[in-house]
Amino acid sequence: MPETMLLVPVRTSKQGTSLNAGKLKPEYQKITSTVEISLDDMERLELKAGDQIRLRARGREIVVSCQQQKPKSSTPGMMFIAYGPMSSELMDGDTAGTGMPPSKHIRVEIEGPI
Amino acid sequence: MSENTIVVENATCTFCGCVCDDMDLTVDLDEKRITKAKNACVLGRAWFSEHTIEDYPAALIDGKEASIDDAIEEAAQILVNARFPIIYGMSDTTCEAQRQVVAIADYIDGNVDTTTSVCHGPSGMAFQGVGESTASLGEIKNRADLVIYWGGNPAEAHPRHFIKYAVTPKGMYIPNGKKDRTVVMVDIRPTQSAPVADIFLQVNPGSDFEVLWALRALVKGKPIDTSIEQRTGISLEKLEDLANRMKSCQYGVLFFGMGLTMTRGRHFNSGALLALAADLNEYTHFVAKPVRGHGNVTGADNVVSWQTGFPFGVNFNRGYPRFNPGEFTTVDLLVRGEADAACIIASDPASNFPRQAIEHLKKIPVITFDPKPSITSKLARVAFTTATYGINTGGTVYRMDDVPIMLRPAFESPYPSDELLMKKIKDRVRELKQH
Amino acid sequence: MSGTLRIVNGKVYDPVNGVDGEVREICIRDGKIVETVPDDAERIDAHGMVVLAGGVDMHCHIAGAKVNLARKFQPEDHRLDIHPKTPHTRSGTGGVVPSTFATGYRYATLGYTTAMEAAVPPLTARHVLEELDDTPIIDKGFYILLGNNVFLYKMLEEKRMDEFRQAVAWWLNASKSYTLKLVNPGSDEAWKGKKNTNIKNLDEKINAFDITPRQVIKAFIDVANDLGLPHPAHIHCNNLGHSGNYETTLGTMETAEGRRAHITHIQFHSYGGEVGKNPTSKAAEISDFINTHPNISADVGQVMFGKSTIMTGDAPLAWMLRNVTNKQKWVNADTECESGCGILPFSYQQHIYTHALQWAVGLELFLLAKDPWRMVLSTDHPNGGSFMSYPKLIKLLMDRGYRREQAALANQKAIMSTNLLDLEREYTMQEIAIITRAGPAKLLGLCDKGHLGIGADADVTVYDEIDDKEQMFSTARYVIKDGQVFIRNHEFCADHTGRLLHVEPEYDPSIANSLKPFFKDFYTIQFENYAVADKYLHNHQVIPTPHELN
Repeated sequence: MPETMLLVPVRTSKQGTSLNAGKLKPEYQKITSTVEISLDDMERLELKAGDQIRLRARGREIVVSCQQQKPKSSTPGMMFIAYGPMSSELMDGDTAGTGMPPSKHIRVEIEGPI
Repeated sequence: MSENTIVVENATCTFCGCVCDDMDLTVDLDEKRITKAKNACVLGRAWFSEHTIEDYPAALIDGKEASIDDAIEEAAQILVNARFPIIYGMSDTTCEAQRQVVAIADYIDGNVDTTTSVCHGPSGMAFQGVGESTASLGEIKNRADLVIYWGGNPAEAHPRHFIKYAVTPKGMYIPNGKKDRTVVMVDIRPTQSAPVADIFLQVNPGSDFEVLWALRALVKGKPIDTSIEQRTGISLEKLEDLANRMKSCQYGVLFFGMGLTMTRGRHFNSGALLALAADLNEYTHFVAKPVRGHGNVTGADNVVSWQTGFPFGVNFNRGYPRFNPGEFTTVDLLVRGEADAACIIASDPASNFPRQAIEHLKKIPVITFDPKPSITSKLARVAFTTATYGINTGGTVYRMDDVPIMLRPAFESPYPSDELLMKKIKDRVRELKQH
Repeated sequence: MSGTLRIVNGKVYDPVNGVDGEVREICIRDGKIVETVPDDAERIDAHGMVVLAGGVDMHCHIAGAKVNLARKFQPEDHRLDIHPKTPHTRSGTGGVVPSTFATGYRYATLGYTTAMEAAVPPLTARHVLEELDDTPIIDKGFYILLGNNVFLYKMLEEKRMDEFRQAVAWWLNASKSYTLKLVNPGSDEAWKGKKNTNIKNLDEKINAFDITPRQVIKAFIDVANDLGLPHPAHIHCNNLGHSGNYETTLGTMETAEGRRAHITHIQFHSYGGEVGKNPTSKAAEISDFINTHPNISADVGQVMFGKSTIMTGDAPLAWMLRNVTNKQKWVNADTECESGCGILPFSYQQHIYTHALQWAVGLELFLLAKDPWRMVLSTDHPNGGSFMSYPKLIKLLMDRGYRREQAALANQKAIMSTNLLDLEREYTMQEIAIITRAGPAKLLGLCDKGHLGIGADADVTVYDEIDDKEQMFSTARYVIKDGQVFIRNHEFCADHTGRLLHVEPEYDPSIANSLKPFFKDFYTIQFENYAVADKYLHNHQVIPTPHELN
């Protein structure tokens, strides 16, 4: 059974500042392809900071690097990623008739480190 | 840095919906850059410093440099010859430009939608069902003694919200600033914003609706079972405490964000929150406010509403405006493959839309308007480089609380403004349609 | 607008110039009514038609923040009433709160050429100006809400009367507005600051201030007169809608002490009875007062059965109505330091006692008015009903038989409690011209509007003369604005944006020294960014102050 977790795209300060520099530039690309995972989950999955992991949802996949969540805001089972092309890749196109795709709480399978 | 500098006082930052109008910008006129932005937050500083004049062609057709006039002609032809042309974006440009955009959509019998549909569109839908008790941000500053943030992270997305409007400022009836207020934060995890809160409530992902509905019941004195804790992650005791605080405050406010609109329930979540705020008015004065992302998304809502009667997702195929989220909203039109031409203004859907939508966007002629190259402009048939609103152009923008503010540009740009381009395309489209 | 035009063979009704249905020629050149034009001027044969000056609506809610909230709020209302584009006109949506283009075109279709948006917080004046610029054909202006303005309250409380006056003048200039408006003065502080309470008495202290509503009303009536504004303080009295409120209305009118004041939608303020019990009609008492006090003017605020929208600066009123109508969807919007607002979908139903009473009271006020110049037509659009119902209202006033038929369909207990059925009067065409054109223009101080004399603005409406007055007034055959024909044979043949009408009373610029510190402490917009820049004016006309009364 592959490991699944919740992926939650969010806005961050760094995403906002690097966005201004340009979305095609490396800083933005890097910030939007890094996930924050709790220490508990990293230990369980045998990951260390900077490792690449593959996330899959609905037949699509992305490769991102991981970073540890701050202990104070640790959320085992939930990973956070700055909004961007990576998180959008896994987003479902079905808006349930609302116009809004389900942009947060994407259930993903994890594979890694790769 | 040259010696040829000026200071533009009381300029407006349009990066986020706070639309702070107290920027003092030091502008190097020779280098055409803003070297200092006094009062700006970290996002505003990046906004001002990174929008310089870079060396891009003013217009590209199929990736090759073209004259602006040729590009306008090509754009007009694409829009007029399409059967289902759509226009999307609009939230990072002025109201003056937005007014021209809606006119184009009207003349081409097309579809016009703003970034609202993937942001607070659900809140707009909830508004149509429930209404909203709300206030301008100065009322919060002057009166609010209970400030609740739900599903948002102002510290990272609206950094000056706390200090300018809702938490630290002293107000007419809040002489001691933060000491006179209680701040509550509700989120699925303690974010960078959490340290500001007196009370932090961690809610299970996807269960905000249940919490809000339970609060409605508690406010009305109806019993709630203790199993609410298992359901939502928040204990009955904490919810009762919050309900009591809400009922007994002098002036309360609920700010809410994407945590509600982008998760299970969407407009039901927004609707539950708005209904809760309405209910509370039977006990005290209570308001709610969606915290808007882009600088002029509120302007886009206003312009589209006043010109068409509907706030977003508006279709003119029959010669008059129709509204139906899910049918005439852009993600859906692209995912279903209905649009056969797209005009994207000050927005980057190829970055932020679901994969199926992006795949369709690649198949149809796309026209983009953006001060910087983006993933969307790279796939466009016609791409315009535009002057940046608020930095190079004047115009009107609306703050998240619908207060309209005039922009004070810092330095000129060699690129045309959105408004100018839209007007030219509008005129050409009208000519073509009349023949 | 250049171009010459001659309208011949039409029956002209021009109360200002004493023309009462005679067949007269109307000549137009360069946007004005003139004595003669050359023989080769365009000719409109108005045989079988009636020629009036363009209509003037002096109290409606058509543009700005609260109107836009009400628009966004009711998509279901728009869907029932589409407004397709034509080769000359933009598309839109209708219903009780139409989109901006539809608003302008529909006013023009009715033969109206000027309309005044009645309630705007100056903080959002920019918004109103943008919307009015997208409201075609008609000339327009707006009134700013100052009656709950916190800075001005402080000035009154501290008896800094000169600064009060300078600040009022500054505010009119800064917002590009037409006059000052009071709505339920004193209530904002109770509503926002004291857990949703309200003002009930003209002489009670306003929450957190050492002044009373009566003092506020007097101060604003005085300052509007002292500044010589073409239209005086425009007042929505306290206690709107409550049984027994006619006493508050009389008290408010008495406060004017002989100086000009305008009481708006006075029908809603003309009730007897006890609070909490059914209202009764006090139209006769209110009418008597106005008939004997020539300094007071009013617009009726007639209720029309059918759909409406409550859209008011009187936030406590909207809340009260929400609670008595099944707690349906409702909007409240506070504006810092300036005003409040409440919005609610609504409808008036013939069988409901209170609604039938309101309908009857409005008609009584029209029929009892000795001086129609000072009791003009309005429905407080859209609060009492849509402006699209004006033709039906005109028919009710002109056709006693029709009025009786309609009264028979309404709640009889309510109708019988009034004197409506005893009032035989039928308005003449001339009187209709007064209450829909000449009267409002005069009350607004618009000397070049509302009449067809030499020098008047060439805003002219030509209607087919039809027995059924509702049919007649629901669509003009020709509408001429600034001398150009925009509606010809009932169809739009061109588009146009009218003028913004505003005042620029003199003020001492050093008032900024008093305002700036207040803005810094209590507003959230920079003082330097507050005043509206001239770029928002587009096509505009300053109406001079002090105004010379004829």
